[in-house]
Amino acid sequence: MADFEPVLLRRVGRPLDIWAYRADGGYRPLEKALNELQPPQIIQMVRDAGLRGRGGAGFSCGLKWSFLPKDHPGPIYLCVNIDESEPCTFNNRYLIENDPHQVIEGVLLACYATRATTAYLYFRYEYGKAARIMQQAIGEAYAHGLLGDNILGKGLNVNAYIHRGAGAYICGEETGLIESLEGKRAWPRIKPPYPAVEGAFRKPTVVNNPETLSCVVHIIDRGADWFKSLGIPSSDPARPERGSYGPKLYNLSGHINKPGTFEIPMGITTQELIDKYGGGVWKGKKAKGAIPGGLSTGILTAAEFDARLDYDDLARYEIMGLGTAAVTVFDEDTSIVDVVYNIARFFSHESCGQCTPCREGTGWMLQILERMRAGQGRREDLDILADVGDRIGIIPGTTICGLSDGAGWPIKNAVKKFRAEFEAYIKSGQKKQTVSLALAHH
Amino acid sequence: MATVYVTLPPSNNGHPRTDTIDIEVGGEKLKAVAIDIGDARLNLIEAAARGGIEIPYFCWHPALTVVASCRMLLNHPLDCPVCDKAGECMLQDHSYHHGRATSRMIEEKFSPPNKPHIGSNVTLFTDRCIMCTRCVRFTREVSGQAELQVTHRGHHTEIDIFPGEPLNNKLASNVVDLCPVGALCSKDFLYKQRVWYLKTQKSVCADCSTGCSINVDGNKNVVYRLHPRDNPLAQGHFMCDDGRLGYHYVNSPERFNRPRIRRGAELAPAPWAEVVRGLRQELADAVKRDASAVLGVLSPFLTCEEAYLIAKYLKGLSGQVRLALGPVPVVGEDDTYPKDRRGHPIQPVKFTIRAEKCPNRRGVEEVLRHFQGDVIGFDEAVRSAQAGQLQALYLAAGYPPRPGGWVSEQQAASLKKVPLLVVQDLLPSPVSGHAKYLLPAGAWAEKDGTFVNHAGLAQAIHWAVTPTGETRSDGQVFLDLLERRGLAHAPTLRKELAQEVPFFAALASGEIGDHGIALTAT
Repeated sequence: MADFEPVLLRRVGRPLDIWAYRADGGYRPLEKALNELQPPQIIQMVRDAGLRGRGGAGFSCGLKWSFLPKDHPGPIYLCVNIDESEPCTFNNRYLIENDPHQVIEGVLLACYATRATTAYLYFRYEYGKAARIMQQAIGEAYAHGLLGDNILGKGLNVNAYIHRGAGAYICGEETGLIESLEGKRAWPRIKPPYPAVEGAFRKPTVVNNPETLSCVVHIIDRGADWFKSLGIPSSDPARPERGSYGPKLYNLSGHINKPGTFEIPMGITTQELIDKYGGGVWKGKKAKGAIPGGLSTGILTAAEFDARLDYDDLARYEIMGLGTAAVTVFDEDTSIVDVVYNIARFFSHESCGQCTPCREGTGWMLQILERMRAGQGRREDLDILADVGDRIGIIPGTTICGLSDGAGWPIKNAVKKFRAEFEAYIKSGQKKQTVSLALAHH
Repeated sequence: MATVYVTLPPSNNGHPRTDTIDIEVGGEKLKAVAIDIGDARLNLIEAAARGGIEIPYFCWHPALTVVASCRMLLNHPLDCPVCDKAGECMLQDHSYHHGRATSRMIEEKFSPPNKPHIGSNVTLFTDRCIMCTRCVRFTREVSGQAELQVTHRGHHTEIDIFPGEPLNNKLASNVVDLCPVGALCSKDFLYKQRVWYLKTQKSVCADCSTGCSINVDGNKNVVYRLHPRDNPLAQGHFMCDDGRLGYHYVNSPERFNRPRIRRGAELAPAPWAEVVRGLRQELADAVKRDASAVLGVLSPFLTCEEAYLIAKYLKGLSGQVRLALGPVPVVGEDDTYPKDRRGHPIQPVKFTIRAEKCPNRRGVEEVLRHFQGDVIGFDEAVRSAQAGQLQALYLAAGYPPRPGGWVSEQQAASLKKVPLLVVQDLLPSPVSGHAKYLLPAGAWAEKDGTFVNHAGLAQAIHWAVTPTGETRSDGQVFLDLLERRGLAHAPTLRKELAQEVPFFAALASGEIGDHGIALTAT
């Protein structure tokens, strides 16, 4: 693994313009696809490669594309989800700020495969620099006949538009994104119908993550077998689709020496990522735990760092999934109460307010933690936290979208895994205004 | 064909059922009720309700889109002692049936300030809101102008309006009925009554020819509010604010409350016995002198039964006596909803406020057609009076006070030339001062009878309050004039009407039911 050559990030540091991108071999995969492959073949290649969505849920990309109605007479839309709001996650920003044309090429391939004619690039508002870079790149692509009508003379018509959101976590939920794109309040829709059947402007819509689309470029370029040669097959032979393949961008942040974005084949262990890429925990301290894939996924204790960061293995430690592969480490001196408080504060702030369990549950958990930090915690509060965390979300079936699964999961996880520390904290009656909240979201 | 199996909790709210079957789901043995729903496309709440099983809900409403967001877990103040909704509150009912006596939540509840400015007829107790968004969906989907929306996020979400754009559309007060808790309250009804003191009667709104099915809530002979009653044959689920708030004249102290006879310049009070006797005598004399100079005017606010009785009485004096239709108030054009943000109506229409501001033109017209052959308009009655062709004029009016009034000063000047002018009305009008006989009329909330709406739907109205003072319902007065014994009993009179006037034949049983009966025009 050490000698793995970055693929997605191969052009980091190179000029952003289209000439440089083409000089580095860019848009050749697109030409190849337009010349040699039919759309269903591309979808099949992506399925064969086992590409799973990089946005968090890890749904098979090719399968998602195949849900679109066949021979749909009207327009089909592609939404690129650049509302990257999961705390500690910044791999798409890094990708776009360093290689925007790679994403555009992925967009074009996806549009060709799905017969979509319009791509909406939904940027979270805070990604101003990324949006400006992308706008520049889109302008260049139009000028070079790579966007617009009759792309490369092959009859492919794609228009791309940047839409900048106004800043809410829920806009990253795919139907919330679509509502927001339509100019409405980003309240997720009840599914079904899924976006593939009725999405943006009530037309079939694919929502993809830019990293996923970038992977498509290299699947076309190097083949599905190459993609599948990276990563880890499913541990359950009966369910091969659960494998984790391909290169993945990992974000590393928190109390470590070298935070950043690293491209590594799927399946590195948490410990290896921290030690080999992150330069170890800072100040010579030990780690207390880590959040393996954005706040929503849960919390790993230091003893659980042997967990492989893929779609499969984290379940061993009751982690919800790989999420966005954004690993945040906190050191041994960090209070878990503060960590959980900060998580609760984030989700309470970001709950859209549509479904009662999430709206009230996230607020309630935050209030309990605030009271705890004011020195008035009770032992039974831990049971309430675990219970509320367990009852809100799609998995218990009480809400429309998964925001509250993500809100409840790390809290019940932490209460279970760090119960002794919580109890000691409550017993001490400590009143605490923590110095710096280690997990402050950007 | 489809069958829905609904599993039951062991207690089923203390109502054991005997029709359960045993099913097994994933190895678990459960008791369930099988409900055959045929080909209907129902959601689980509706399907379970068909089998008599209640699934608690807040946000779902049959007339609105599904959001499926409430799912029961709430931040709600214990305001019941001071809340208007207490007694008819879904949250209160659900917590009585399904809730716990104690809460695990010891945290302070979120209580944002109230918003009395939200609309001229509606106020918002923000902290009571459970965010079901029924009101928001109503203003988007039915009234259309989307005045209400959700602001903020998470457990700080609130219902609000845009600054300076209050909820003042003509369907606004429906959000009060839709609100499952006491967050949106009617300013008209606020703190007037506890709902458990109110006695509810099924009736029909008298304000336009849509004929919305309503409930009239009264207590101690005062009408306190009107609210819509679901009727798929009439208006659906809602009613307009004009109708909802247009009832106050029923309680008005200005109303005529005793019969009077002219003695010189004065209209002196007289007992009913004397009034009826004198009136019968004078009308009979007038008919004897010249029956064609006697005219009855039947207002479109009369019930069909009343119109029938007065027509029968006057035509019974002589076939030469003429009958005319009273003024039919028309204001503007039919007003349809939803509307867009600019106020232009959009399709499909979900609610119509009709320009014809009376409840029973069609019913009265059909009675007139039967007895008179055609419908003589009020203008012709006025012309006859102006030309001095009338010796006696019976104005069975009963008009509510509306801008402009039902009779102009000019018309009154013509009508006062009639020597025997009988005015039966609710409130003073330009013509009432010139009457020889002034009879207090009953308002619709005080009557039993039948209204036929614009589409020919016959619906029953029932009295909710008794008439003020010595007032008798119009039907009773007509019975007295007919010298028929007993009290005006609507089903009996309806049967008689159905037998005599073919248009009403479908009402032959005398009973109409809650949704009314569609009469096909002949």
